[in-house]
Amino acid sequence: MSDFFTIASLVFVVGSGIRLATPFLLAGLGETIGQRSGVLNLGVDGVMLLGAFGAYWTILETRSPVAGILVGIAVGLAMGLLYGVITVTLRAEQGISGIGIFLFGLGISDLLFQKKVGTPIPIRGFDDLHVPLLADIPKVGEMFFQHSVLVYVAFLLVPVVAFLLNRTTFGLNVRAVGENPAAADSLGVSVARVRYTTILLANGLAGLAGAVLASELGIFQQNLTNGQGFIAIALVYFGAWRPVGVMGGALLFGLVSATVLQWKTLGLVSGAASSLTAMAPAVLTILALVIISRTVGQPSALTRPFDRGH
Amino acid sequence: MGRWLRDRITHVTGPQLAGPLVPVVAVLAAFLIGALMLLALGANPLEGYSALFEGAFGDVDALADTALKSMPLLLVGIGICIAFRASVINIGGEGQMIAGAIVSTLVGLGCGDLPRPVLVPLVLVGGLVGGATWGAIPGALKAYSGVNEILSTIMLNIVAVQLMNFLLRDAIMDPYERDHGRLPQTQRLSQNSDLPLLPGGTRLHIGVLVAVGMAGLAYVLLWRTSLGYRIRAVGHSSAAARYAGMPVKRTIVAALTFSGAMCGLAGAILVFGSESHRFVTDGSSVGFTGSAGFNGIVTALFGGLHPLWTIPSSFFFGGLQFGANAMQRAVQVPAALIVGLNGLVVIFVVSSDRMRRAVSESWGQGREIAAARAADRTGS
Repeated sequence: MSDFFTIASLVFVVGSGIRLATPFLLAGLGETIGQRSGVLNLGVDGVMLLGAFGAYWTILETRSPVAGILVGIAVGLAMGLLYGVITVTLRAEQGISGIGIFLFGLGISDLLFQKKVGTPIPIRGFDDLHVPLLADIPKVGEMFFQHSVLVYVAFLLVPVVAFLLNRTTFGLNVRAVGENPAAADSLGVSVARVRYTTILLANGLAGLAGAVLASELGIFQQNLTNGQGFIAIALVYFGAWRPVGVMGGALLFGLVSATVLQWKTLGLVSGAASSLTAMAPAVLTILALVIISRTVGQPSALTRPFDRGH
Repeated sequence: MGRWLRDRITHVTGPQLAGPLVPVVAVLAAFLIGALMLLALGANPLEGYSALFEGAFGDVDALADTALKSMPLLLVGIGICIAFRASVINIGGEGQMIAGAIVSTLVGLGCGDLPRPVLVPLVLVGGLVGGATWGAIPGALKAYSGVNEILSTIMLNIVAVQLMNFLLRDAIMDPYERDHGRLPQTQRLSQNSDLPLLPGGTRLHIGVLVAVGMAGLAYVLLWRTSLGYRIRAVGHSSAAARYAGMPVKRTIVAALTFSGAMCGLAGAILVFGSESHRFVTDGSSVGFTGSAGFNGIVTALFGGLHPLWTIPSSFFFGGLQFGANAMQRAVQVPAALIVGLNGLVVIFVVSSDRMRRAVSESWGQGREIAAARAADRTGS
């Protein structure tokens, strides 16, 4: 264990924990926006897979990480449009249709990968961006300021989303629609328009999360996300529907995963026991859900389709 | 949460829906989109689909393999019927299957010397118990702590996968593999726990019959027992059920426990009916379950959340899964297409209610306008 508690090892764990937290954070922020407007999207994992493949294939063909990221977002937006039609216009049950989206993304991303690429060819994503001055601080720079630009973007989005939800008219409308859509409707807020917007934002961010995953790993394979999208949904509850809370949860997941990886590398735990430690985040989330469900209320209209009535 | 799911369910299953038409249309629509995808990938859809159906239902061996593929879908589907009828959304089929497989494997390893007529039922009960436990946990968390069952079942899926990976690399790992190959799997389980094959010379074993029997039992449970009545009453309106003096919390726990038990049984049958007669992991849940924990939702919805209708429904989707390999060989389009189409079926089934209403409304409006015009003409 003393191998683990060296400065170099801890610095490495924090740095890679932040990197691993990024896809969770992006998808979780998106899901937060959606849920605040009363829309649960269980299909995040499927959207991430499609976004990841879109980005991977684009980078493979064009060698441009920027184009890849944009394609990932575009794929997410397209899936968002589909999800909006299903859940807002057609008012389908959200939990079950989300599973449909997940299966669709799981199957189609695998299909396209096998058909268009076949063998996993590595791609080159963004180079690490050393933040001027800050990156040169010993240890601290290595932990926080030598990441890919995508990592900084993800963490900068935390205050942006918080501001959007809490300090803007749009955010007020989102929260009103999530708490009491009928009242919001009677005050002239278009529930459908607000929810379409939040669904597009949520799915765009999920697509981006997948694109980040693919470009950071530099690879795509069947079921690349391995359930990360589902964890991102849980993080929203974990973070009590607040961007900062979601960030805390994402960092916790990232750091625990990085710690387990480091223990494995150092030979501190066997391959088998690392499975046990990999359970920790899920168990923690369940415990957090028990506590949160007693103290914090979820958006009242979560999962409820809105029907104006006639 | 009860009311909206009740609305969805009554619209999926209710009499106003012209029977099973919606799921059939949903499948046709998904196949249509699938055909467009096949075209876009440069394959002939007719050739692909005919290879698929030929491969799935073409001869006796194909039918037997399809039935084997359908077994987990049917059992998970039955479990989903029970849970959804109580307005409880069980996304934890994957984890419950794994939990059932783990407990049944422990039983099989521990009691391998017992005679076959005792051991086979015993390992199946082990599967039921494992799955029931993994279902009861989110049930109790929902009933007594208000934890959303969608999230807790997803989290328990992750826990179950890691538990499986741990056990198969450690406590119950094949001693030979531990010394040589390091494949995460058990030793060959006792021959006394092999599921007996059915006569006819195919690979069919009794697990398939057990699954069909469970569909009948689930029907009896839901419509012929007071617990089943309570499950459906809570699903329709938990407030009304509480007002009527029903133990709502216990009913929710019971629904998820039974639901999990069915999934756990599927896991046990997968292990003891496998050709290798081992419990094997590739590190992910999909590797063991083949996504049956999710696809069972598709078969249950397609079967109108009715356990008996879930029998033909799972046979159909099992056929698609098995036939997809033949399609892949015939037109070189990966079998993953079928997973994607399953997703579309789910989406279409749950969206169909509103579409149907929109169509009938526009019909109605059209008739009213026509009638008004006719009235204008006759009046003027």
